[in-house]
Amino acid sequence: MKWTRRDLLKGLGGLPILGAVWWAGAANTVGARRERNELLEKLNISPSLPNNLPEITGKPVRVGIIGFGIRGEQLCRSLGFATNEWIEAMELEAVENPDNTALKVYRNQAKLNVKLTGVCDIFDVRAEKALNSFATPDNQIKRYRTHLDMVNSGEIDAVIIATPDHWHAPMAIDALNNNVSVYVEKPMTHTVEETYRLQEAAKNSKATFAVGHQHRQTLSFKTAQDVVEKGTLGHVSLIQTNTNRNDDNGAWNYDIHENANENTIDWEMFLGSAPKVPFNKNHFFRWRKWWAYGSGLSGDLLTHDYDRLNCVLNMGIPKSIMASGGVYTHNDGRDVPDVLQANMEFPDFSTGSSQIKGKEKGMTFCYSATLGNGFNRPTILMGHDATLELGNNLTVWPDNSSTRYAESLELGKMKPNIPIFKYTPGSNAKMPDAVSSATSQYFADKGLMWTYIDGVRVDSTFLHLKEWLSVIKNGGNVSCGIKEGFEEAITAHMTGLSWKLGRRIEWDKEQQIIKPIEGINFDEVLLSNGQWTKTSPRLGS
Amino acid sequence: MKMNSIVLLRILIGWHFLYEGAVKIYNPDWSAFSYLATAQGPLSFLFTPLAQPGIIDWVDTLNVLTLVFVGIFLLLGLLEKKAAFAGIGLLAMYYFAHPPFPGLQQLNVEGNYWFVNKNLIELVACIILFQNPTGSIFGIRYFWKKDKKLTKIEKA
Repeated sequence: MKWTRRDLLKGLGGLPILGAVWWAGAANTVGARRERNELLEKLNISPSLPNNLPEITGKPVRVGIIGFGIRGEQLCRSLGFATNEWIEAMELEAVENPDNTALKVYRNQAKLNVKLTGVCDIFDVRAEKALNSFATPDNQIKRYRTHLDMVNSGEIDAVIIATPDHWHAPMAIDALNNNVSVYVEKPMTHTVEETYRLQEAAKNSKATFAVGHQHRQTLSFKTAQDVVEKGTLGHVSLIQTNTNRNDDNGAWNYDIHENANENTIDWEMFLGSAPKVPFNKNHFFRWRKWWAYGSGLSGDLLTHDYDRLNCVLNMGIPKSIMASGGVYTHNDGRDVPDVLQANMEFPDFSTGSSQIKGKEKGMTFCYSATLGNGFNRPTILMGHDATLELGNNLTVWPDNSSTRYAESLELGKMKPNIPIFKYTPGSNAKMPDAVSSATSQYFADKGLMWTYIDGVRVDSTFLHLKEWLSVIKNGGNVSCGIKEGFEEAITAHMTGLSWKLGRRIEWDKEQQIIKPIEGINFDEVLLSNGQWTKTSPRLGS
Repeated sequence: MKMNSIVLLRILIGWHFLYEGAVKIYNPDWSAFSYLATAQGPLSFLFTPLAQPGIIDWVDTLNVLTLVFVGIFLLLGLLEKKAAFAGIGLLAMYYFAHPPFPGLQQLNVEGNYWFVNKNLIELVACIILFQNPTGSIFGIRYFWKKDKKLTKIEKA
């Protein structure tokens, strides 16, 4: 038998093709990976791991909850206490939608060494709801009529304050003065004056003070800190961050409970320092819509975005703020704006520069919000060398005209439309996770609700509370304490003032005060009804 | 002439499978995880459990091995019926994990499809290969055939 060349070609012709295809597959893949690894090595960004907190051992921390409304319930769940009603509702949800993992996440949550010993809510239905769900034979949770009763009782080590804004500081100060630790929701304060009083109280107290900006625990934000520190972005000149919501819940039109009336609500207590107005369910359940109790977009949502970035950049209080906006989407009697733009100037701030010394300095932080459109505008940090998109995921794109990456861009090793770094900590988990509402999706996209540790979804509020409890027990520092809270509160108040006065509000860094404006009492303006005129009435007058 | 076209089809499909397999072998970060975890359509319940930790590693390994097996043997013209059959199975899974049915979102596709997409067309092409082995025209089976032919001539 004799093989001709023709025979070999017909019999083995597939072999060289096989070799060529295999070689091409290997070469292209290995080459691309090598380039990628070289790039990552050069960027040297390392996703940081969660804080290793010391165990919270010994006697459980005795916690009291003040305000058991929507946020108060969420905080208690993160603490390990879910109401029977919520568990039932989630069980039903899980049957209807198997992707809803809320209950599973709750049940898998590690147990914190706490004892919920007291509840304080001025609406009977809510207080009783907490007692019915959480009281056990060996832990008869006590209902306190006032926060003072609670902090003076000697039976509480720490309080969580989830009340309307105008009660935040008075309660926090009373607790701190009694050396009771405080976890207070944002914004930390309602007026400029009490911001300083709370600062004093926190400094003088032996207790631990924390502000509820839970996103400080989100891994992508910790990674973003590293991205910026390594000079990946170059000089960041503009930050754009947004609120985009378009639903009733997102516009603070919460449900009004059928059993709410003057007998079930302690109306005088609700009003506190606010102007005396007759009983009003709308004000009670939807207090975020009035300056008398809340602070609208600037206190409620800008604070989250500001603190998110302050956590990444540590840029502090802006030198000046100019805000504009109005009530354009929910003309329903509210006096806080539902469309708000705030431009904050940081003329002396820099994230570093890849160009000649002195060319680049200063940054504008632009917050833009509407409660009448839900289109997702991401948070972006715009640097000379790269752009960072920040949320639960994190993506970095090189800039076409970057100085730092000029060579790589010219050689085609980088392309402006292809990210040079992408951090998707949730990519091992089953995606997409079902979330319950448009508002929670809004928070989830921003990385405000949960984070991923080893691919497992973890509630960031849980981590934030755990950190607070650990510091109470073991000492150390909380990631959002009085310094961060002070910066957040002043920034929110400056924005509110700018919107109300229609003028630029400036911060005096040396004196640590908002630069006075002749004839204007800032707190009077902040508490007034809507935009300020000389004859601005306060609510109810 | 007809058989030559089928040979060409076999080479191209083998090429495609082998390249897909090789690329995955040399990229340790690759995983079918997101494809399976986001499965849709009436059979999605078969695919989503495959994305679970512990199972996904096996799925990835089997997938790559099958791709390479199909690619090599279609290119070589050996065991091509088995290779074409395995290719049909693999493509059917790709097709049903993300079927181009009306009402389902088409992810990462560059064209417009209604029931028929490229996976389905390649699947049918594999059926043609299964029914029409061509390894004896171009491929290692050519040697068998030639051997037989020669034997016949010698006998005559």
